[in-house]
Amino acid sequence: MPVKAIVDNYKDFNPNRDLPEQYHGNLMVYLYWNKHMSFVAAMAAPLPPPTPFGALPEVAKSVYGTHPDFEKIDWSKVEWTLDGNPITPDFAKSIGEQGVRHKSLIRFTTPGLDGFEGKYV
Amino acid sequence: MAPTKKMGIKQKYAHLTRGLDWETTYEKMDDVFPYDKFEGIKITDWSKWEDPFRLTMDSYWKFQAEKERKLYAVIDAFAQNNGQTNISDARYVNVLKLFLTGISPEEYQAHRGFAFTGRHLRGVGPRVACQQQSLDELRHFQTQCHTISHFNKFFNGLSEFRTMHDRVFYLSVPKSFFDDARTAGPFEFMIAIGFAFEYVLTNLLFVPFMSGAAYNGDMSTVTFGFSAQSDESRHMTLGIEVIKFLLEQHPDNLPIVQEWVDKWFWRGFRLLGLVSMMMDYMLPKKVMSWKEAWEIYFVEAGGSLFKDLERYGLKMPKYHEQATEACEHISHQLYGLLYQLSHVTGLHAWMPDDEHMDWLSEKYPNTFDKYYRPRFELWKQQEAEGKRFYYNGLLQLCHTCQLPMTFTEPDDPTTTCFRESEYEGQHYHFCSDGCKDIFDREPEKYISSWLPIQQIFQGNCGGPTIPDVLAYYMFGPNDGGEYVGSEDNKLWESWKNATTKEAAE
Repeated sequence: MPVKAIVDNYKDFNPNRDLPEQYHGNLMVYLYWNKHMSFVAAMAAPLPPPTPFGALPEVAKSVYGTHPDFEKIDWSKVEWTLDGNPITPDFAKSIGEQGVRHKSLIRFTTPGLDGFEGKYV
Repeated sequence: MAPTKKMGIKQKYAHLTRGLDWETTYEKMDDVFPYDKFEGIKITDWSKWEDPFRLTMDSYWKFQAEKERKLYAVIDAFAQNNGQTNISDARYVNVLKLFLTGISPEEYQAHRGFAFTGRHLRGVGPRVACQQQSLDELRHFQTQCHTISHFNKFFNGLSEFRTMHDRVFYLSVPKSFFDDARTAGPFEFMIAIGFAFEYVLTNLLFVPFMSGAAYNGDMSTVTFGFSAQSDESRHMTLGIEVIKFLLEQHPDNLPIVQEWVDKWFWRGFRLLGLVSMMMDYMLPKKVMSWKEAWEIYFVEAGGSLFKDLERYGLKMPKYHEQATEACEHISHQLYGLLYQLSHVTGLHAWMPDDEHMDWLSEKYPNTFDKYYRPRFELWKQQEAEGKRFYYNGLLQLCHTCQLPMTFTEPDDPTTTCFRESEYEGQHYHFCSDGCKDIFDREPEKYISSWLPIQQIFQGNCGGPTIPDVLAYYMFGPNDGGEYVGSEDNKLWESWKNATTKEAAE
């Protein structure tokens, strides 16, 4: 439903403040670790599209590295979803090539690691 | 000439309000009042507006002046007696900081908003009422500035509250709420602030906050509360009158009003989440739990209000069941947020002690031990190892309420709730169905939201590193982070030691 406004050219007054071209060539990517609720939200990182997918564990470490489970992760067993769809990423190929776009949400599950004392924390 | 008979209150009121209004002839009425039709609200007879208070401007000034005299006498006495040394504990000041940096600037926004509606509504009755509320809000802002000024002499985190309001990531939650209301038309503003905020939700903000102040020895805030109370009851009456008036004027108004009620209930609920963590975690002496307050002030009081409004066809706000269910969770989730992000805020956070955690188990038997105590246990363990748990990065925000995406699925507290919309080829993320619906209704409006994390990445917040951004926020090095060992903590200890030492001599 369109906004009800007092002017016809409402959009001229209301620019989009969240377009990909405003990010200096980066994609704003969200990374979320399933079953680890002690982190209060998914992390956000600005990444250039040529970033290899294999760099994501290092990116994730900057926030999630403080959790005792983090160093136990076997990255070859991690299950990934991109914007809700399961994917099998190629670590050598770039995120841009594998469908990651501005504000994509990448979620990862680490089998066998269910948070502090297995309590999803 | 016969002596003029003194006018009665009713007559005087009529002259000083309705008598001031006229139909313009040189200019078209639609040009003089350009804002009160585009929202689609139909008013057939403005004179049907019932003025609930019948307060004329001259008696308004008289009342308010009297209240001001009393208020400033108490504030002065508080300062002269070093009232800040009599609060329960310096941790309490963080409640004040959150209120004074998060809500006081919004009192000013409310003042501006009501000044606008007080100019642009065609009917003279609501116009006068809005002008009075506009002045009340300005007065509240002023009196709260005096409180800021006093506590700022002793405690960190308050000095740059004006700049912080425009820039800081969590303060964009209240700011965007009021920006949204003020950029709506005058009727939506009245439903947003007058009805949803001042009528349906205000008790959840003021009652716990004022009782919290009283329980924790903050007499300056209690006095402000009393001084504002008679204004608040006037505002509530205006809020309920506006909704009845709109619904009585034309049946076409009902669907529009219902959408606004749905939207502003959810936005208000998200904003008041900040109060939930004040009540459950930040008051050293507790008043009641957030869940108890929600039961009393929303489920019971709100329920009977909407029962009363049923005769107009108005329904309970959409997703009210989700809000009630979420009461088991939001205070714990939001305090977790503050605990691990306090180093990038103007607030201190601390680990609740065992007694406090037992209180939480008792108040939240269904959820605390199962979902939230384990988090604190992990963080406590890390604190003991000298690795205080902080979130070392930037996080995902909800595009509507601008809170971090921290809330969980309505039926699953172990999974974060993610909702998404696509608009003109772009993704937008939301923390809840309520926030998604608000965006989907007016995407053209929300695409221009100033989202703090997005703005950092775009290079508009001082630079790419955390110290750059904190400098842009005008935070000093001692404004945030862990409470234990902070300057606030040390100052408080020094006051307490001085008292003990004196008693011992």
